Amino acid sequence: MSKHHVSTTINGEPTEFLCESQLTLLDVLRDELRLTGSKEGCASGDCGACSVTVDGRLVCSCLMLAVEAEGHAIETIEGMAKGHDLHPLQRKFLEHAALQCGFCTPGLLVAAKALLERNPDPSETETRYWLAGNLCRCTGYDKIIRAVLDAAAELRARPA
Amino acid sequence: MLAYTAPSTVEEAVRALAGASGLAKVLSGGTDLLVQLRSGRAKPALIVDTKKIPGISGISERDGAFVIGAATSGAMIGEHKALQRAWPGVVEAANLIGSTQIQGRASLAGNLCNASPAADSVPALIAARATCVVAGPNGRREVPVETIVTGPGRTSLAADEFIVAFHLPKRPPRSGDAYLRFIPRTEMDIAVVGAGVSVILDAKGVCTDARVVLGAVAPTAVLVADAANALIGRTLDETALAGLDKAARAACKPIDDKRGTIAYRTKVAGVMARRAATIAYERAGERQ
Repeated sequence: MSKHHVSTTINGEPTEFLCESQLTLLDVLRDELRLTGSKEGCASGDCGACSVTVDGRLVCSCLMLAVEAEGHAIETIEGMAKGHDLHPLQRKFLEHAALQCGFCTPGLLVAAKALLERNPDPSETETRYWLAGNLCRCTGYDKIIRAVLDAAAELRARPA
Repeated sequence: MLAYTAPSTVEEAVRALAGASGLAKVLSGGTDLLVQLRSGRAKPALIVDTKKIPGISGISERDGAFVIGAATSGAMIGEHKALQRAWPGVVEAANLIGSTQIQGRASLAGNLCNASPAADSVPALIAARATCVVAGPNGRREVPVETIVTGPGRTSLAADEFIVAFHLPKRPPRSGDAYLRFIPRTEMDIAVVGAGVSVILDAKGVCTDARVVLGAVAPTAVLVADAANALIGRTLDETALAGLDKAARAACKPIDDKRGTIAYRTKVAGVMARRAATIAYERAGERQ
């Protein structure tokens, strides 16, 4: 069986890779492209640690075949900071101590960014529901929610 | 070794399914299929990805009726304002499936063909009299959604058939639908009981047509004619609600499992049917 040749865009960069049919997008991101920010927690779509966006849509990269990435634009946690400048969400996670072990953090940041792009002023309830597919076993979530709402407020205050 | 193909027409997809050397699986959103691949529960020789077929993802409206492509994601369904206005129960049911991430990919065709008794969108679709367009080697056929699932994990589709679209009929004035799911938490769980209700009222608020469908209380979703008959010809008075509750409970043939006992599921089915009917009536009253 020959491998599939896949052309895609990852964090704005045109990217090509070869993959077998059964590999997930997460497998290729981590093992082939060495983008190891996206984590494998459950590998069944329950924990959200592998969250990425595909054409702007939040998905679990463990539940998508790598070959399905053909022609699509993928954004991962590695595209979030601009050089040494952290995204406001990343800064607020540090300020609010919204992480301990850090395993869930990339997925939470990617998911929170997708929320704020759709809804710049989410309520706490909306934020909690949006992030319900991202499990964190350390923080108890409260600091995460506060960090996201604080980042949203900072982004809204920025001049357009 | 697993093979993968992404045909660009319905006919090519049917030929790929028909020509597979072993088990072929249709891939839409993949939120169930990839879990099954990983666990080894599904061992296909071929995956046929439908998403390159034009129209397989997307929603169109014509004369008040809707066509929903089989692979349309839950997120797209939730963002479609006209569909939300016409069929709020179908939309809320589709949007209950999994997390935000799952909503980015999960489809109606996948939720139906995975054939879980607890599938959330299925009772709402059946209550809505939705049909699905099935493509196969002899062309296309349109069948009611309730004819697809025959038991847990089993469907009436032949190996070389797949669903290409769902049709939802035009809504008359004073019509409304609702879907409620009972889970012991607020999010990210599988239905203990689901109830979908669709009603049409006359100018005096008397029900002229109703469909009541229960999920997770039998091997397949159950269309409960006696429950609908308890509503038809009445306003939503206590007699109608008591008759609905009784008929819903009588239709239950649930299992005992960690999510609920037989007695518990049966009792909750009556309560969910009442509450869903109440919401469907309220929505019908708002659509003059």
